[in-house]
Amino acid sequence: MKNIGIISRKELGSYLTSPMAYVVTAIFLALSGTFFSTYLAATSFEDTSIRGFLDAAQILILLFAAILTMRLVAEEKKTGTWELLLTAPVRDVEIVVGKFLGSLAVLTGMLVTTLYFPFLLVLFGDPDLGTIGTSYLGLFLLGSACLSIGFFASTLSSNQIVSAVVGGGILFGLWFLGAVESFATGALKELIPFLSLSHHFTDFTRGIVDTRSIVYYLSVTALFLFLSRGSIQTARWR
Amino acid sequence: MIRIQNLTKYYGKRRAVDDITFNVEKGEIVGFLGPNGAGKTTTMRIITGYLMPTRGDVWIAEHNMATHSLEGRRLIGYMPEVTPLYMDMTTRAYLTFGARLRGLDGKKAGSRVEEVVEQCALEEYVDVMLGKLSKGFKQRVGLAQAIIHDPQVLVLDEPTVGIDPIQVAQTRKLIKELGRDRTILLSTHILPEVSMICERVIIIHKGRIAAQDRIENLSTILKGGRRIRLHVRGPAREVTERLTRITALRDVRYEEPFHVVEFPVDKEPQAEITGLVVQAGWTLLAMESMEMSLEDIFLQLTTEEEGER
Ligand SMILES: Nc1ncnc2c1ncn2[C@@H]1O[C@H](COP(=O)(O)OP(=O)(O)OP(=O)(O)O)[C@@H](O)[C@H]1O
Ligand SMILES: [Mg+2]
Repeated sequence: MKNIGIISRKELGSYLTSPMAYVVTAIFLALSGTFFSTYLAATSFEDTSIRGFLDAAQILILLFAAILTMRLVAEEKKTGTWELLLTAPVRDVEIVVGKFLGSLAVLTGMLVTTLYFPFLLVLFGDPDLGTIGTSYLGLFLLGSACLSIGFFASTLSSNQIVSAVVGGGILFGLWFLGAVESFATGALKELIPFLSLSHHFTDFTRGIVDTRSIVYYLSVTALFLFLSRGSIQTARWR
Repeated sequence: MIRIQNLTKYYGKRRAVDDITFNVEKGEIVGFLGPNGAGKTTTMRIITGYLMPTRGDVWIAEHNMATHSLEGRRLIGYMPEVTPLYMDMTTRAYLTFGARLRGLDGKKAGSRVEEVVEQCALEEYVDVMLGKLSKGFKQRVGLAQAIIHDPQVLVLDEPTVGIDPIQVAQTRKLIKELGRDRTILLSTHILPEVSMICERVIIIHKGRIAAQDRIENLSTILKGGRRIRLHVRGPAREVTERLTRITALRDVRYEEPFHVVEFPVDKEPQAEITGLVVQAGWTLLAMESMEMSLEDIFLQLTTEEEGER
């Protein structure tokens, strides 16, 4: 437990000393803010919801998760610091969870900065705070699943660009899995929406908290953290 | 303290380490010597738990690294070949992180950082980003990191590569000091370095151990000793006995059918030897110099290996 804290704090520190986290947050704010206000304007401020923001944020989160996590392992492998971590008396799982939590802290910070969108709505209208709450919960869960997937991709290579591309590939693949649904038949038709990252997100934006969706995102997070640990361990044998 | 048994490592199909066995006793400083690609780094990575062997075992004290890696790792300080620095951290932050990672609590970590900073003469750079340090100082931070938790075992992979002569001398002195109460395995391809720091040397070539011996046994050569090989027709025992009486000779050995004599560089016993042989009525069939530097030994050992294949 102590080691997880040490590693995640160090990871958060690295994020905060490099421009990456700030640039990503700034772009995230700018783009999602644009969608937020465009949507409001399009409905002539009738629908005081964060729909516009959510439409943009759900896609941006996929992209930025891949970018935020690409360095987590790949960079350390390249610079050689990986050897320091893996020979320290620290369990592989502690490294995995510590690093993941570091990136989750950055993502959470990013989401917190967007809270001024709903805040504006409260000032100037009467938004459904319940739906906003569940939407943020959804974004957080989706984000954590995405980070876990991106992290896994980062363990596969010592090249950050390769990790970002692989991570983005898996993420967008799982996201657009829903689109394949129409071609599928039988059991696959049932299964595909269940596996899709996007399918489970919709409920949250409608103010519905389905336990299955929470379980889904937590399971994806856990699964890919587990795979990351596996990937780190097998690399020792290669 | 370090026990290695039948260690073999394949990278895919490439065999990097081939069935090596050796021990490093508690308190010993052992030099691990070999040309490029011999398998030094690979062996060290297995010792420190970074890699798993294909076959064989490593014990650190009583901990088998295959089953009790964490306990083993706790005892080791490791300086990898590529100094593992986070360039966006200051020396202090980095060493503190290293100390915490090794299980030191905040307060202890702070005081240890002060100590190793002094030990490695890094005072001037404690609050400087690692990315801005010169190569030599980066190397020192790497060493500082390895000793931050005061480990019983030190594994140093080419600790003096790429630093200037003055710093090399200082680093060697530091390693020697550290070795007073620690077990050290140090890899290098600089031969004099081994003679300066180590008590014993293990020479590895193409993943196999080509030779291992105490430095004393190589000391004549290291200290600039010379050897001559004589082929004398005469009673071997008596020849040996007579040769031993020549004071200039440090060592006389009979390696059938030759007599090998060793003497310091500043002596010239050839005339005396010839005289002795003639006087006794024997025949001197051959007398040839076997001058060998450790480089030669090293080369010979490693090329002999090649010839066998
Ligand atoms: N990650 C790797 N993947 C594949 N082969 C490797 C890997 N690391 C090392 N090798 C190979 O294993 C052999 C031993 O390499 P190693 O790095 O252990 O040698 P070394 O003795 O440390 O050499 P040097 O003096 O150059 O540092 C070499 O043939 C090398 O090409
Ligand atoms: Mg090496």
